[in-house]
Amino acid sequence: MTILHTVLGPRIVVAVNGDLDLKTAQPLRDALDQLIDRYPDKNLLLDLAEVDFVDSSGIGVILGRYRKLTERHRTMSLAGVKPALRTVLELAGIFSIIAVVDSPVRKEAEQ
Amino acid sequence: MTNRMTLRFLSLAENVGLARVAVASLASQTRFSLQDVDEIKVAVSEAVSNAIIHGYLGKTDGWVQVDCLLDNSGLTVTVEDWGVGIEDVELARQPAYSRDPERMGLGFVFMESFMHGLTVESIPGQGTRVEMRRLVTISGELSRDAQ
Repeated sequence: MTILHTVLGPRIVVAVNGDLDLKTAQPLRDALDQLIDRYPDKNLLLDLAEVDFVDSSGIGVILGRYRKLTERHRTMSLAGVKPALRTVLELAGIFSIIAVVDSPVRKEAEQ
Repeated sequence: MTNRMTLRFLSLAENVGLARVAVASLASQTRFSLQDVDEIKVAVSEAVSNAIIHGYLGKTDGWVQVDCLLDNSGLTVTVEDWGVGIEDVELARQPAYSRDPERMGLGFVFMESFMHGLTVESIPGQGTRVEMRRLVTISGELSRDAQ
């Protein structure tokens, strides 16, 4: 798994490449927590365009960061959700609490 | 066609991916759709993760065994560990039940949602055996072979 981040305006954009499961949950959790603490006034956009698999370990990381940010009056959103991930995220109720947006990084790259 | 596979590996987080990819590869030998295979992968990932996290409590020297039986009507996957076992299986299967606040208790929810039948047998102190079956469906209906 690789984790790349960039700060774009009011958001930290984190692009993840790889599967989100038991093996990668802890490194991703640590990386996101560090970024959330390092940029205390920024919201978080998690770009999943290069993620083909998520299970409950990965969803735990997403929901855990969502809770952490919400407690601090900040927001979290997702981008680049592939069809293969939709059913799992839907079942976990992610779409009812976390917005899915276009990837700003990808948009800029396409222009 | 009937095919069988047995995988036995140590209780390492690295092996969750190994197990789901191997089972997905076997499942692809019959008429499962890509979405079916994606869902089977999630169910296998959950069962193996549970064995590692809850069965062996993070110890990396326990064995996890995955047995698969594939035939024209579907796939049966059995995931077994010889760890601490589950005191109350019914409680553990409740949605949102989890000993780890970040795992949200979604593991059994995904296994039950994505498979057509789930059996959990556990003896405290001896281990846990999860058996799941996924039937081949055509446009959401069970195929004739499976009926």
